[in-house]
This record gives sequence, C-alpha cells and structure tokens, in this order.
Amino acid sequence: MSVFRSSLNYLAGQLRQIGLFIALIAIVIFFQVATNGITLKPINVTNLIVQNSYILILAVGMVMVIIAGHIDLSVGSVVAFVGAMSGVMITQWNVPWWLAIILCLGVGALVGMWQGFWIAYFGIPAFIVTLAGMLTFRGLTQIALQNKQISPFPDEFRALGSGFLPDLGGGTSAVEPLTLGIGIIATLFLVLQGIRQRRARAKYDVEDEPFAWFLTKLVFTAAMIIGITYLLASYRGTPIVLIVLGILIVVYASVMSNSVFGRHIYAIGGNLNAAALSGIKTKRVTFMLFVNMGVISALAGLVFTAQLNLANPKAGDGFELDAIAAVFIGGAAVTGGIGTVTGAIIGGFIIGLLNNGMSILGVGTEYQQLIKGLVLLGAVAFDVYNKRRSGGR
Amino acid sequence: MTTNILEMRSITKTFPGVKALQDVSLAVKRGHIHAICGENGAGKSTLMKVLSGVYPHGTYDGEIVFENEPVAFKSINDSEASGVVIIHQELALSPFLSIAENIFLGNEQQNNGWIDWNKTNMEAAKLLARVGLKDNPITKIRDIGVGKQQLVEIAKALSKEVKLLILDEPTAALNDEDSAHLLDLMKHLKGQGVTSIMISHKLNEIKAIADEVTIIRDGKLIETLDMHTDDISEERIIKGMVGRDLGSRYPDHTPNIGEELLRVEDWNVYHPLDHQRRVVKDANITVRAGEIVGIAGLMGAGRTELAMSVFGHSYGHNISGTVYKNGVKINTSTVANAIEHGLAYATEDRKRYGLNLIEDIKRNISTVGMHKIAKRGWVDSNQEIVVAEGYRKSMNIKAPTVEALAGKLSGGNQQKVVLSKWMFSDPDVLILDEPTRGIDVGAKYEIYGIINRLADAGKGVIVISSELPELIGICDRIYTIFEGRITADVARGQTTAEFLMQNMTQERDKDKR
Repeated sequence: MSVFRSSLNYLAGQLRQIGLFIALIAIVIFFQVATNGITLKPINVTNLIVQNSYILILAVGMVMVIIAGHIDLSVGSVVAFVGAMSGVMITQWNVPWWLAIILCLGVGALVGMWQGFWIAYFGIPAFIVTLAGMLTFRGLTQIALQNKQISPFPDEFRALGSGFLPDLGGGTSAVEPLTLGIGIIATLFLVLQGIRQRRARAKYDVEDEPFAWFLTKLVFTAAMIIGITYLLASYRGTPIVLIVLGILIVVYASVMSNSVFGRHIYAIGGNLNAAALSGIKTKRVTFMLFVNMGVISALAGLVFTAQLNLANPKAGDGFELDAIAAVFIGGAAVTGGIGTVTGAIIGGFIIGLLNNGMSILGVGTEYQQLIKGLVLLGAVAFDVYNKRRSGGR
Repeated sequence: MTTNILEMRSITKTFPGVKALQDVSLAVKRGHIHAICGENGAGKSTLMKVLSGVYPHGTYDGEIVFENEPVAFKSINDSEASGVVIIHQELALSPFLSIAENIFLGNEQQNNGWIDWNKTNMEAAKLLARVGLKDNPITKIRDIGVGKQQLVEIAKALSKEVKLLILDEPTAALNDEDSAHLLDLMKHLKGQGVTSIMISHKLNEIKAIADEVTIIRDGKLIETLDMHTDDISEERIIKGMVGRDLGSRYPDHTPNIGEELLRVEDWNVYHPLDHQRRVVKDANITVRAGEIVGIAGLMGAGRTELAMSVFGHSYGHNISGTVYKNGVKINTSTVANAIEHGLAYATEDRKRYGLNLIEDIKRNISTVGMHKIAKRGWVDSNQEIVVAEGYRKSMNIKAPTVEALAGKLSGGNQQKVVLSKWMFSDPDVLILDEPTRGIDVGAKYEIYGIINRLADAGKGVIVISSELPELIGICDRIYTIFEGRITADVARGQTTAEFLMQNMTQERDKDKR
C-alpha cells in the first residue's frame, strides 16, 4: 500500500512530463475518432512526419536558445533565405546538389555568427537582434530571388525533403522490411539505454523512479515506436527526413544532457551571473548557440525547399512562431534554464497533429489559429499553476 | 485597558507533511520592541505571515487578538487597515519611482483619480523627517543606498498610521552605521508609541534595543525573556535557539602557516559606472599557505570590490595592479584565467551570484570543475553523482539526494553547496565573501570547521565579513579596509573589535600625523 502511495507521490512530481504524454495521446485518440480513422492511416502518419519535419528541426535549435534565456524570431526568414540560396546555387550557378547543401549549411553558420555577434559580444537583446534579422533576411531572400520563385530542383536534392529509403522488399511485401528493421533496432537501443541508466542510478543510490512506472514508460515507448514503424512500413517506408530528424534528436538530446556545452547552456539560462562567476565563457557559449541555431535553421530551410521543390520569397513565414510554441508546449520555461529536446519534439508533434487533424476535418484556418493559440496558453498556464502549487510554502 | 497590544494564542499552522508552527503563543506589550529569534526554518517568518494575513484566517488554528479585539485578517490589506504593517527582508520598492511615489504607492494622495503632487511630496517630506532622512522626496529609489531604502520603507509604514510595525531582519543588508541608525530610529518610534516586532539574527542588536525576546525553535515556542529584569547574555539566547550550549562559537584551530601563496600589489579599481571614482586605492594584501586572512570593512568600503576585481576583473573599470601567485606574476583578467591560476571566489549573494537555484545540487557542484569529470566535451554523469554524493556526506549537506534543487535548500545548506562547488575546482586560494550571512548558528559553526579544514589542507583562505567577532574568532590575521584603502594589518590575538572598528571607520594615517 505504501509502495502505491509513494508511487503516486512520485507521479504527482512528474505531472508536467506525464501531462504532456497524456495530452499527445488524447489528441491522437480524439482525431482518430473524429476523422473516422484517417489520422492513423499509414499515408497520414507518413505525411504527418514529413510535413512537420522542418518545424521539429527548428524546435530542436529553438529549445536550446530558449533554455539559455534568449529567443530567435528570425528562423522563418533564415529558412527562406537558405532556400533561396540553394535555388540560386543549384539552378543559376550550377553548383552540384551535395556541395550546395554543404554551402547552405555554411550560410546558416554565417547568419548565426552575424546575430550571435550582436547578441553575445555587443549585448543587444536577442529579441531585438533576431527581430531585425527577421526583416533583413526576408529582404535578402527577395533580393536573391529577385522576387521570383525558383523551381524545379534535381531529384537527389528533393530526396532530402520527400524521399524514402529504398524498399528492400522489392515493392512486393505488405510491410517494408528495412523500415521494420530500423524500428526494431531503435526500440532495442532505447530499451537498453533505459535499463543501463536505471542500473547506474540505482548503483549510486539516486534512483527514485518506481519500477512499475519505469516499466510502463518503457513498454509504452517501445509500443509507440513499433507502432509508428509498422504504419510507415505499410506505406512507402522510412522518409529520409525522419532519419535526419532522428539523428538530430539523439545527438542534441545528449548534447543538452551530457555535454559540457549543454550544461553551460542550462547554467547560463538558470543564473547568468552565477555562470559567469563560475568561469563559464558566457559570451562564447551564447555566440556558439546562435551559430548552432543558424545551421539548424539552414537545415530546416533545405528540407523545406526540397519538399516543396520550390524556392519561394514567402517561404517560412511564421515558422518561428510554430517552433517557439512547440518549445513552450514542451515544458520550457519563459525565464530560461528549463526545457528538454524531447519535450520540444513532443510539443512540435502536438502542434503538427492539431494542424493535420483540423485540416482533415475541414476546420477553417481562422479556427485552427484560435485553437492553437488556446492550446499554447493552456499548456503554459498549466506549467505556471504547477510551479505555484509545488512552491507554495 | 490591558498592556498587551497583540496576543496570538495557540497558533498552529500545518503545511502538507510539516507542522510549521505548533501551539505558539505570543504577547506583545504596547509601546515595546519585541524581538523574535530562532534558527532559520524555526517558524519566525511563518508566524509573522499568519499575523499579517499572508496566510488568511482559516488556514491556521488559534486566535489573534489585536487591540483587545479578536481579528481575522484575510489579506495584507486587512491587516494594514488595522495598523499592522510588515516590512520584509527583501525590500518592496520600485527603483525607478521617486521616494514620495514609493511611500504612497497604493495609497496615492489624489483628487478623483488625479495625483496631487504637491501634497504627495509635502507629506512625504514630513514622513522622511520623522525617520531622519534628509533626501529630497523626488529622488529616485535607485539613487539612494539600501540603508536609506530601509528608512523609506519605514516612512511608508508610518504613512499607513502604523500601530504595530513588523521588521523581518531589518539590518541584514545594512552596514553597521546604517544599522545603528535604524536601531536608533526604532527606539525613537517607540517613544512615539509605535510598537515593533523585530525578527533578527543579530543578538547584539536584540540586546541593545529589545524589551522582550521570544525564542522559537522547530515551530515551537521555547520561551519569552524580559530583557530588563533578567540578566540576559547573548550566550543565553543562543542556548535557547539551538537547544544546547555551544561550548564555543568558534572551533579550536591551530594554524600551520607556510609560504606566501598570493600577493596583490598596488591594486586600484575605479567604479564601473562612475569612472572618476576610485573604489579600491593602492591595496596590498598577501595570503600564505594554511593561513586564514580576514578582511574587515563596512559595506561599501571596497572589500567585495577588491575581491571581485582580483577574481577575473568581475567588478570595476580601469583596474591596475599586479597579482603574484607563488611569487610569479599571473594574469587574472578573466574568471577562467583566475580559476586556472587556482583562485576561487564564493560570493556574498548566494542566490544572485552563487547558485543556479532551478538546478539540482550535483550540477551546481560540478559547474566549475566540470572538466575533471568530462572527456572530450562529454560529461560522465555517473562520476558527477559520485562527486556530489561525496560532498553531500563530507560537508553534511542536508538533502534527501544530490538531485534536490538548490533553491529548495536552507541558507546554510546552499552555502555548503557553493563551497563544495569551489572545493571541487581544487583551488589554492579561496576568497569567501560573507560566508555565514543569513545562516543559523549551528550551520555557522560547521562553516567555520570547513574553513579550518581548507587551511589545514594548505590552502590560503580570505574571509570577508562585517561580523567582527567572527573574524576575530577564526582568522589568523585581519586587514581592515576603509574607503577603498587598507588601513590595518593585525595578527590574531593582538586585536579587539574596538580596534578593528576604529580602523574601519577612519584612516590610520590621521592618527599618526
């Protein structure tokens, strides 16, 4: 009985994390019922991932910026600018597609250095610098494109946004074997990782997660991954962009939890003065953070351009808001110091599901905006309420 | 008419899982200054929050009788309307508004919604005169020192026709001069019939002005002492607070002093905003291995400015002078450089400059020495737990696990986390700025023990403090600093608090010439 009680207490402490998962599942179930099963059809799940990929990519960079206590309003314009540069390079300068990708990531780094310089070394708030960036990079996009669209792009380049891994089943099997294989390996990896971590923590006597909850979480995650891979495998297999996204998430989740750079970001966001007096090179970390954000925005720009097969002066409009919303729905604190990459990704999926589900239902854009706005407000209100309750002494 | 203005009877206040107050009764006599003391977390602030309506009537058991009437305050507005005003430790003034505007904030002198500026400023001037502040009422709050801000808070309370004034640690942030002025003012107000309750850690102040003192420990009333009839010593009060005799307030220590570790020569620092003003003047200090060196100075005398400017030029403008480590000139112009050369600086303001309060203990401890548990930029999280667990045990940090958030710890335990953080960076010289500020007596003793252990390990320790008995109790040698200049350098045992205070308030040269 007391085990049950202590488990309940533990869960109450993890309310935010659990709430996020429950919200995600509730939204899936709601749309699954409301759309008569269209939401979880293989083709729709594939679309959901592919069409949201660039917001999810942006959210990974944005959550780091927000944890450090900054914000980046320029990412939508940077997406457009990098898209434009890729179009100019490939169609006008005849740069090979692979070189264009590398050069475009370099362009993103330069954009990040430009903004990072003003924020970190000149001391202008990120809100102002990136608001200026939002305008300047939109302007540069239009100059680069001379206000015209560029299309089409070579197939190899387009694969980055809309391609799939080759079908090893030769198109004959009902479920694609390569995708299933990747899914199983990913599941095993996650399960082993979870067990290893729990063992280590138990060894050092800091484990407080009840075993039943640990097991539930593990089974649930495994079932979710297997389920998604199964659905993907019954359509066209693994989208290439999912591999890109998966690598990005794994790398940045561990950067944020276990690298010196990641720890410094949390330290700066949690207490800038204390971080500086602890010998952390706060300016350098901030600068690198924005360079990183620039490169990630460039990647999102390439994926988006490749997916639409179009470089468009209006591309990426409002992406910054979706990415920021994803981060805050994912539990990041407005004041910095708190947030996780996985949280931001789940937040991004919640936004994506709302967009996708409401579109299927034929809800007008005016109501879509209204509902997304209320969800964001509700998520942050829940956070604030929770914090007040736990700190109420 | 009874002589008691306030009676709190059998107050019990519970939070989920904790009994913060248990059957506490308090009687305050009209026109007296009543001190409340107890260790941190004993329940003093909770009791005052019950009294002032922060915890509304109904959330606690027991009754409150104010001016012979049972009262049920539902909010601070209720209690203020009755004449009970609380001034919190963290001042609640708006820095960009004037003194007068702050005094009448929420209580504006107005005509149908339009502010009457003449009346506002004139009434403010009258109130300022009562608290002995000569500044112009239109001066902005950020332009006056924290001592004067405290007086503005009191003027604000007076504007509300206060009958019972509650001051929570009123002198915690003040230097001795401002503290003395504040205590005088409290006595003066007492003469005008204002009753005060003062929460304080500073026993000498209680002894100086209080009529009664109530001691609370672990949420229970221990005793109320009459300061006039009983012959109450500081030791007597401490005994009540901690429930045991502290044989000595300072642990015994035999120093083992070696070679010179650090020498700062001809150090000059200018104010970061006012570039003409020199805040540290030709300072020279040395620390030897195994030596505990004190820096005694009033707040604003340049002690923190000296320490922070040496530590990575973290304070000041146009810094000049030389720092030698083991006789070799070193560059300490960035914090990273200073740390690399074996310096550590534990700040006087833990919450603002020392800790990441929303992060857990282990990550706070690993902040500075992270490279020791990292390989090629990746931190070994398991090793991090082992390290933090080690400090939790050796420093006696009271927390369930090293994953408890730093912000949830008490002041003493937070200070131990700060010290652990710097010890893990393995420095040769530690500068500890007010290491025991806002810490209860028991934890202070532990901190002194830690300082002694550091010295025994051959490190040089510099302790900056405004508590003279503390410096005399633990330091091997003490510098005094006044207006940015080092005015004396005396060995332990050859000095008295009076001698130090003299050198902290006037330059030695003047006596000589």
